[in-house]
Amino acid sequence: MAQLKAGTRLRSAVCATEVIVTAAPADDLDVRCGGAPMIGAKDTPPDGSALDEQSAGGTALGKRYVNEAGTLEVLCTKPGKGSLAVGTAALTLKEAKPLPSSD
Amino acid sequence: MNLMMLLEMATSGFGDRVAVQNGTSSLTYSELFAAAGRHAATLAGSNSERLAVLDVNSLAIPVGLFASAWAGVPFVPLNYRLTGGELDALLERITPTYLVTDAERAPALADRDQVTVVERETFLGARGPQHSDEWSMEADEIAILLFTSGTTGAPKAAVLRHKHLVSYILGSVEFGAADENDAALVCVPPYHIAGMAAILSSVYAGRRIVQLTNFSAENWIETARRERISNAFVVPTMLARIVDVLDREGTATPADNGGFPNLRALAYGGGKMPQAVIERAMRLFPTTNFTNAYGLTETSSTIAVLGPEDHRAAAASDDPPLRRRLVSVGRPLPSVEVEIRDEEGHAVAPGISGEICVRGEQVAGEYLGRGSLLGTDGWFPTRDGGSMDAEGYLFVEGRVDDVIVRGGENLSPGEIEDTLLEHQAVADCAVVGVPDEQWGEAVAAVVVLHDGKTVDADELRTWVKDRLRSSRSPQQVEFRAELPYNETGKLLRRKVKEDLASRGA
Repeated sequence: MAQLKAGTRLRSAVCATEVIVTAAPADDLDVRCGGAPMIGAKDTPPDGSALDEQSAGGTALGKRYVNEAGTLEVLCTKPGKGSLAVGTAALTLKEAKPLPSSD
Repeated sequence: MNLMMLLEMATSGFGDRVAVQNGTSSLTYSELFAAAGRHAATLAGSNSERLAVLDVNSLAIPVGLFASAWAGVPFVPLNYRLTGGELDALLERITPTYLVTDAERAPALADRDQVTVVERETFLGARGPQHSDEWSMEADEIAILLFTSGTTGAPKAAVLRHKHLVSYILGSVEFGAADENDAALVCVPPYHIAGMAAILSSVYAGRRIVQLTNFSAENWIETARRERISNAFVVPTMLARIVDVLDREGTATPADNGGFPNLRALAYGGGKMPQAVIERAMRLFPTTNFTNAYGLTETSSTIAVLGPEDHRAAAASDDPPLRRRLVSVGRPLPSVEVEIRDEEGHAVAPGISGEICVRGEQVAGEYLGRGSLLGTDGWFPTRDGGSMDAEGYLFVEGRVDDVIVRGGENLSPGEIEDTLLEHQAVADCAVVGVPDEQWGEAVAAVVVLHDGKTVDADELRTWVKDRLRSSRSPQQVEFRAELPYNETGKLLRRKVKEDLASRGA
């Protein structure tokens, strides 16, 4: 569990995924990737962590993922094999409506 | 949040692509990242608290922007057209600073307290270790200080923090959306918010930036064709000149999209687009997608867009309210809210004019030393006047401060200008208030006619009176060969007023 805020960097304990939190609720959240709790960008994964095959949908660079309530949003800055979740509830890909190029 | 995270993602996604090109020089995303890291180390080891760049569009602009972000110092692009005294006044406000400039300007700027001058070529050629620290993710840090053009007084330094710019990019650009061969032609100067936004958007989209050092229509046309430009942004005066030159050459035809078969998207903004100009451009470039982007420095660039479908639907329509949308700035981005408010701050009904107010994460609304102009509810009053139609299309009607108060009645110059421009003889016009003993202020119009067309003042007065109200009909009508614009296409109303005062009725 971690207090999250916009700009917090997290990495997966079990795959290459890294994300940046772009929106966060005030309360603590159990953000997971590949089934295991995500850790701080500089932290070392605990021993024995392994990718849960049930949570191996993968992440894609530059995509944004949100929880069902829409209170948590993360941006994938490094892709990996695990998929993202809060507890057991999977985060979903935020579909961006394409805007015309304006600059 | 930090602008560097955008470049880091681009580097890991498509590091070997060309990020930015200037003439025959270029940098890939990986090279741009490495250069930013080297200069961040230099900045961090100096006593400079800002990195200023006084230069035309050059590779030093993106390198300086990202190096500043990495080092955690504000980036300050300065207007290279400023004269000695004006420049001194701005430099005094940003010391201690690094100052990157070209070889011609460097000597004159060298002997100044707390200004470390580096020539552009030295800056770009520098070698050294990468900054050992990571960039800060503190979203409230200042990314860019942008001096406003100062058309109404001393320039103000708009404060843009990392959170504003990153929110703007995440809210408006899809990561890696560009095709590998896409190229964006950037001709707005770096000290304009559109110049900064162009760098950030293109980096995040993975689109090669082709810099145009100095704008001329001929140069733009030649470069766009040679580099097979797919995307470009221009201010309205630039588009008018481009279309004029193409018309004069007489060889451009819609059959091959005016000789720009690769030009998929052309965005414009930064001033009012005359309807005749956009209509001519759309006829000449039938396969190009036109987008009108409306925004302010204080809102991290675009807050509303009139997209390609809107353009085509409006141009094809005979219904006046629909056709009029061609001169609207479209609808707000999904990530911002826009409201029109009256003088008491209450939202007004569709079709009623008031002040354009905006709220959203990209809205900075702050000047250095003056604090935030955002209301307690987070809304930023833009000082732009405007109205919104029933379907949410926004019409900009000029600065609120330009409103003419005639006998207690508020008159919008933009509405009168639009009406004058509908006259077939009128090519361009500016409407301002002039002192008047009876009314306090009177309406004055300065009009530029199309080549070979004539019309007299009385006919124009009648034209306005028949379409608006008689109070809006210009008491004074003057004819001039051209109107004063600054280089980024902003009409200099102060100059128009001075001209009227000195040469008089």
